[in-house]
Amino acid sequence: MGDHVKCKAPVMSIDKETARRAAHLARIAVPEEDLDVLATELSGILGFMEQLNEVDVDGVEPMTSVSPMSLYRRADVVTDGNQPEKILKNAPEAREGFFAVPKVVE
Amino acid sequence: MSELSKLTITEAREKLRAKEITAVELTQDCVDAVAAGDALNAYCAKTPEIALEQAAAADARLASGDAPDMCGIPLGIKDLFCTKGVTSQAASKILSGFKPEYESTVTTKLWDAGAVMLGKLNMDEFAMGSSNETSVYGAAVNPWRRKGSDAPLTAGGSSGGSAAAVAGDLCLAATGTDTGGSIRQPAAFTGTVGVKPTYGRVSRWGVVAFASSLDQAGPMTKSVRDGAIFLNAISGHDAKDSTSANFDVPNFEAALTGDIKGKKIGIPREYRLDGTPAEIEKLWNDGADMLRDAGAEIVDVSLPHTKYALPAYYVLAPAEASSNLARYDGVRYGHRATLAKGEGIDDMYARTRAEGLGPEVKRRVMIGAYVLSAGFYDAYYRRAQRVRTLIKKDFDDVYASGVDAILTPATPSAAFGLGEMKDADPIKMYLNDVFTVTVNLAGLPGVSVPTGLDAQGLPLGLQLIGRPWEEGEMLNIASVLEKSAEFTGKAAKWW
Repeated sequence: MGDHVKCKAPVMSIDKETARRAAHLARIAVPEEDLDVLATELSGILGFMEQLNEVDVDGVEPMTSVSPMSLYRRADVVTDGNQPEKILKNAPEAREGFFAVPKVVE
Repeated sequence: MSELSKLTITEAREKLRAKEITAVELTQDCVDAVAAGDALNAYCAKTPEIALEQAAAADARLASGDAPDMCGIPLGIKDLFCTKGVTSQAASKILSGFKPEYESTVTTKLWDAGAVMLGKLNMDEFAMGSSNETSVYGAAVNPWRRKGSDAPLTAGGSSGGSAAAVAGDLCLAATGTDTGGSIRQPAAFTGTVGVKPTYGRVSRWGVVAFASSLDQAGPMTKSVRDGAIFLNAISGHDAKDSTSANFDVPNFEAALTGDIKGKKIGIPREYRLDGTPAEIEKLWNDGADMLRDAGAEIVDVSLPHTKYALPAYYVLAPAEASSNLARYDGVRYGHRATLAKGEGIDDMYARTRAEGLGPEVKRRVMIGAYVLSAGFYDAYYRRAQRVRTLIKKDFDDVYASGVDAILTPATPSAAFGLGEMKDADPIKMYLNDVFTVTVNLAGLPGVSVPTGLDAQGLPLGLQLIGRPWEEGEMLNIASVLEKSAEFTGKAAKWW
């Protein structure tokens, strides 16, 4: 899939609709009147990233970990459990040992 | 007042062990300095009661002869570290009032070693920034000023409060964290020493995550030796952080022999940027001369993908941040938006985050979400990961050719004025990290050492980049720079 886009520059500028989508993906409420400015800002940053298209990355493995170690497995046991009060201590709202949120299911 | 707070860790350790001073006296002096230092806006929470209690315990240990190096040493802690029962907000409104029920591994190690906590230190919100101006607490102020001017300058970022506190003697040393230069740049701006360890050397557990594959905590100190002592205290494997390395930790202080004869120091030609001030060029050449005079061999090296480090970083770091910061949704901790009638959980998420996160953090989280989204993942994120492989390979090749460390400037300029970059495009601020960000992408250790002043009397720093896991050798070379440069500058006290 990556091979199809390797030489083609991705979309340079972000329009208002794309900015709205990015805000939605990030779950950040952005007022309608701020979307144009946001689109311009995001376009600027993406424009800066376009330089990466100059690099020949054919056959180069994407780096997922910088260190030479591989992740080890832990024993699947409770190591630090049984402290619901501490877990809930900082919650904006908690009830009966649970985090409380507005109604999710109608 | 405040003579003792000027001590280095090395000096204080000696005086404490010789019983010339007590940890309580030292701590009280620092507490007074902190109380008188509000103009620097370095501390966002002060904990004098905890400090004096820890100091009394340290005195008991010193009396019993069981005193580790950091015993009785008063420190400031960056607000990014979770400290039990003490506000830990990452300088963000979204973590308002958050008091962790647990302690980060780094601070646990420090308290176990007898160190003393003076309080929490200001920073850029979620460590995203290069001037401390994105902080919910307002910017930390650099103790240094330009000659003949009282215009407030940035202490750098993101560990700006740490740098200001160390440079202003509001502590003996401080913790910082470095994702793209956030220890080294503020250290350079304030005439202090900042050490970014090899990725995996220091546990990230309990440190609020920004970009997990790049973040490392490290010391900010008044001398290279202090950096070595402090680094020893916080290094080592931690089962709670799966990326922490299960390697033995050498004695970094013992590596400071001052002997660098025959060491090969690389000067990367790609770091000679157009528009670098002549003063920085001179600082760099002078640094190379100092190392040559001490018996090192200076060689030209090439890191061909340097130019692409910043754009790769500004894909990868926001991508990781957008994922890490997804947890700030108003459910488990911190701020929650007040909902109007009829609003549901989706409104709660979006409004909580709109109200709780600052503009720079929002920008990066949105960019991150965008580059990870379907259709753009390969073009941006995957490509940046590939470029990261090439950047690391550049360093691997140089080190494979026998180079022991790489010398570069730490920053492209001296500290700039607060507010000066206000209307600049975000990219301009990002360029602050041009010399430091490669080190995070390659997972290498780096240190910033003050070696001179610019024409306006502001400190400038050089950076040494070490081989992976060779912090000791890197710090040894840094100690030679420190000694040759004879940098003893201190900001004139105005606060």
